[in-house]
Amino acid sequence: MDLNATIIGQTLAMIVFVWLCAKYLWPGIIDALEERQQQIEEGLAAADKSQEALVKAAAEADDIVAEARKQATGILDQAHSRANEIVADGKEAGTKERERQLSAAKAEIEQEANKAREELRGQVSAIAVASAEKILRREIDGKAHDDILGKLAQEI
Amino acid sequence: MAAEGGHGPQSSAEYITHHLQNLQLCKAESGDWVWNECAGNFWTINVDSMFWSVFLGTIFFLLFRAIAKKSSVGKPTKVQAALEIVVEIVDGSVKDTFHGKSRLIAPLALTIFAWVLLMNFMDLIPVDWIPVVLAQWLFGIPYMKVVPTTDVNVTFGMSIAVFFLIMYYTHKAKGPLALWYDLAMHPIAPSFKGPAILAAPLIIAFNLILEIVALFAKPLSLSLRLFGNMFAGELIFILIALMFSGNIIIGAMGGVAHILWAGFHILIVALQAFIFMMLTIVYLSLASEKH
Repeated sequence: MDLNATIIGQTLAMIVFVWLCAKYLWPGIIDALEERQQQIEEGLAAADKSQEALVKAAAEADDIVAEARKQATGILDQAHSRANEIVADGKEAGTKERERQLSAAKAEIEQEANKAREELRGQVSAIAVASAEKILRREIDGKAHDDILGKLAQEI
Repeated sequence: MAAEGGHGPQSSAEYITHHLQNLQLCKAESGDWVWNECAGNFWTINVDSMFWSVFLGTIFFLLFRAIAKKSSVGKPTKVQAALEIVVEIVDGSVKDTFHGKSRLIAPLALTIFAWVLLMNFMDLIPVDWIPVVLAQWLFGIPYMKVVPTTDVNVTFGMSIAVFFLIMYYTHKAKGPLALWYDLAMHPIAPSFKGPAILAAPLIIAFNLILEIVALFAKPLSLSLRLFGNMFAGELIFILIALMFSGNIIIGAMGGVAHILWAGFHILIVALQAFIFMMLTIVYLSLASEKH
């Protein structure tokens, strides 16, 4: 129970342990603690933020889907009307083409017919002249009846 | 308690004094180092107190060192979490009380708290275990007090270190003359105007006496509070241990008493460690506060 040099020994031991603690223990532990606290804080904040972002993204996605639906309906309508148009155009073009070809064919036929008639007329008049020549050679000079023959050929 | 003491027949008084005797080493006048013949010699070392104190301090250091080394920022292990609770308690106490900036106060407080706690916890080891094992089977060591904080030298040693720190922080915060100024000018401020100047020396002398006593009372009360609590607790454990040498009924009662007192003593152990730490912080924050 007497006071003795143990006091000095204990004081020295305490100085050593406090120094060891201040140098090797405290900074590492307290740094890790504070860093972890900060990380937890940041993590919670990030979670809150991502929650908000999620809600926002969901709303945005809804908007996009609605917009797409609207666009799709529009495109469908357009396609329908375009198809109708094309069908109508086709019909009209067909009719026109048919009429064009028809009239072309008609004109050709008429032309051919005129040509044939012209030819026929020439031939008939030539035959008539030849027959009249043969008759007149026998009777009279053909030249005297040229006007009659010309009239005849005109009439054919 | 003769059978357990292992020193032949022994009276209750002998048993108690034996348990309260430190293992002492000193240099006798003949020049030889002698064990336990050191009465009146200041240059004596209480080997048991020093050994257990340094041993427990080393355990404290290694324990926290292991945590500090692999202190992962991520998910802590259970041991790490437990020790970090201690660190957070200490850190919170320091931050609440000490408003200055110091890189020493918090580690100091942690060292005091954890170290004193470990030393106090030695009190819960039944009083005969370690002394009997050492005396009979290991080294034949005659005396062994395993609770360093029941040695007044140990608590004084710690409070003297705190006392030096109080001096240092006063000096650092307020300059070299501040300590004397504080001692002389409080609690009654002397007046230097007019005839009152005649009373000034008296007032200063009064202040000095009062404040010097108060100054030295700090480390004294700090150490004696811890010592007194732990010594009383230890003494009661020894008295309870005496009951084991009685008949079986007294022995059983002793067993019940031991459990009850140990349960209660756990509170004292933790509380005294906390008080020692807390008062240290308070004294140092007072010392470093500017007026």
